[in-house]
Amino acid sequence: MFRSTKTRHLLAAFLLLGASGIASAAKPELTGIGRTATPAEIKAWDIDVRPDFVGLPAGSGSVAKGQDVWEAKCASCHGVFGESTEVFTPIIGGTTKKDIETGRVANLSRLDFPQRTTMMKVATVSTLWDYINRAMPWNNPKTLAVDEVYGVVAYILNLAEVVPENFVLSDKNIAEVQKRMPNRNGMTTKHGLWDIKGQPDVKNTLCMSNCPVDLKIASSLPASARDAHGNLMEQHRPIGPARAIDTSKPTSTAKVASSPPGAELSKKFNCTACHAPAAKMVGPSWADIGKKYRGDAKAPAALALKVKNGGSGNWGAIPMPPHPSMKDNELSAVVQWVLEGAK
Amino acid sequence: MPTEVKKSGRLIKAPENFLGQSDVKSPELMRRKFLAASVSSAAASMAMVGIASSGRSVHAAVGAGDPNILNMPAHTTGLGMPVAANPYGLPSQYEKGLQRRESPGLTRVSAASVAFTPLQGTFGIITPSGLHFERHHQGWWDIDPSKHRLMVMGLVRNPKVYTMDDIMRLPSVSRIHFIECGANTAMEWGNVAVPTVQYSHGMVSCSEFTGVPLSVLLEDCGIDMKKAKFVLGEGADGSSMTRTIGLDRALDDALVAYGMNGEMLRPENGYPLRLVVPGVQGVSWVKWLRRIEVGDQKWATKDEAVHYIDLMPDGLHRQYSGMQEAKSVITTPSGGQTLLDKGFYNISGLAWSGRGKVKRVDVSVDGGRNWRTARLETPILTKAFTRFNIDWVWNGGPAILQSRVQDETGYVQPKINQLREIRGTRSIYHQNAIQSWKIAETGEVSNVQVY
Repeated sequence: MFRSTKTRHLLAAFLLLGASGIASAAKPELTGIGRTATPAEIKAWDIDVRPDFVGLPAGSGSVAKGQDVWEAKCASCHGVFGESTEVFTPIIGGTTKKDIETGRVANLSRLDFPQRTTMMKVATVSTLWDYINRAMPWNNPKTLAVDEVYGVVAYILNLAEVVPENFVLSDKNIAEVQKRMPNRNGMTTKHGLWDIKGQPDVKNTLCMSNCPVDLKIASSLPASARDAHGNLMEQHRPIGPARAIDTSKPTSTAKVASSPPGAELSKKFNCTACHAPAAKMVGPSWADIGKKYRGDAKAPAALALKVKNGGSGNWGAIPMPPHPSMKDNELSAVVQWVLEGAK
Repeated sequence: MPTEVKKSGRLIKAPENFLGQSDVKSPELMRRKFLAASVSSAAASMAMVGIASSGRSVHAAVGAGDPNILNMPAHTTGLGMPVAANPYGLPSQYEKGLQRRESPGLTRVSAASVAFTPLQGTFGIITPSGLHFERHHQGWWDIDPSKHRLMVMGLVRNPKVYTMDDIMRLPSVSRIHFIECGANTAMEWGNVAVPTVQYSHGMVSCSEFTGVPLSVLLEDCGIDMKKAKFVLGEGADGSSMTRTIGLDRALDDALVAYGMNGEMLRPENGYPLRLVVPGVQGVSWVKWLRRIEVGDQKWATKDEAVHYIDLMPDGLHRQYSGMQEAKSVITTPSGGQTLLDKGFYNISGLAWSGRGKVKRVDVSVDGGRNWRTARLETPILTKAFTRFNIDWVWNGGPAILQSRVQDETGYVQPKINQLREIRGTRSIYHQNAIQSWKIAETGEVSNVQVY
């Protein structure tokens, strides 16, 4: 951002001066900005309901009432029994009577269970109430009356066999219902992803060379999915270092033809008079050089300098002659070619 | 796309001293040399114009020279467009391929879906506002800013209402931060699922945001620092998106922002007001922000109790898992592309961390066996994209490109198998594994997973 350290220091000094000019009079008083919210305004917007039911309005709704609302306003997207249509993922399913006892949905541990329904995941009944109240129905949110929301929640809980068919959910008994939520014990906050100073659970190291890898391709896109995202050629810039693949056509099998510039340059500058691919001649083999320096972040620059200016001592008594006519880009191309295996 | 675009090509430089004096003097000889060369593999080493008609370079002889130089085009011999022909400027017609796109089959309704940023085509660290990824939970709106209000209430001495006029009168700050959806790269937890970096990593963008520190508003309302532990952000859209923010985040670098990249937020990104919570997943950056409530307990809202929870192998869900750990990806070259020739390439990519600055990025071209440290381009900012580059000469053999970031906390971006060992394959969120791009001998670059 800043062109020089000097500019940065000047700027810092300026900022300090500027800040002290304001800060000396404590904090600026933000007079004339904003106004006190009225009780009616707060009531209109303060709709959130917490897990401890702070914010839950008084009211009640029966399973039967909820079913009426559901069939009129919810079933078209969620299915009559919450089993979902093509529009949304299922709300009901995957929970058992045992889960209601334990508070842990057993199917969540099964790798072969096909889906995760809302009732399998949600631990807090307040979440259902809050969300239906604030965001449902999908295309007409915040139009349900309080008792209708209670009814819809009661209907969902009945479908999941958390409450009986004749149940009337209310602000008085919702805390009891919470004790029967199938996945109420299914959440953990023991992880490092909330706190900015949280401890990571997965660790990798900064291995630089000969790192343990299994170069087998563990996964790749099946050929049948080649154009599943449309023709990729139409999703890229038509100029630049690489072209997009025309996925309307089959995969090309033609290899790219030209030989690497490093190889050509090694011949042009007679490197091959002293260096061979695998065997030591006058100088060390390409393979030995690669083995010694691969992964060394400083090697490319250091070796380029050595090729240009010559040197001795690293590989025996015979010195490496200087190559003053090689340009910098030629030096780096040859060095990189060697470090990458001189193929 | 216009045909002439596909044919526009690159000039491949001739090696110096390739042609002797006599060659230069004799165009006829040069043409004959080309005809001979074009049937041999030496063709590519001559001075030629590369033409990509189908993703593969096709070289043509320059002959007397490149017709694009020898024949004057209309734009050189005619009168151009006047000023303000496009009062709000648009990208060139030739850039139409780079658009936000949905991934087919990923979501069921487009009002609660994702459109991905085309990372394969962006430069530097700023995402153009029109390409910033989209994620809405109940559709987007273009809200009249004169009618938009922000209420700050809860555990405060004086609950207040602010108009946009009020907020824009306050002292503002501008900061560059990345925003990443917690579900970015989610499709790749189990296996490779998408072809390009747009779909694998395009739920992340980076912009300069302008607004008021949230702490200024909280202090203005007299936040009760003895009781306050969390704040709730709530949107004005139909979903009235709500998310719990830790008080330390709220008082640290969170912003109530109206500006993005020098102009107002785009409607798809929350016009006229959104939360900016640097380092935390995008769902917490509540758009169309209408209310901040100060409280003493977490809210377990739908998007922190049903979605944005990470399923672990033992069947427990990790709740309140918002931090975006360090991640990087090579954007050039990347999946779905094809390298036209052997030779020099600038491997370029992006790195970021929710916990601070990028310290270093290493790049491997052999599937993670050997690594070289890439150049980090400036600026290197906290919780922002950092662009990295590294030179590479492709020798035409198979290669697997990877990048690996380390952030200033010392954390090193993990491999996909390391993530899976701890978190399994079903957690959906926070997939920050090292990305592998395989380069075949044909030049085709494809998305693979190697360990």
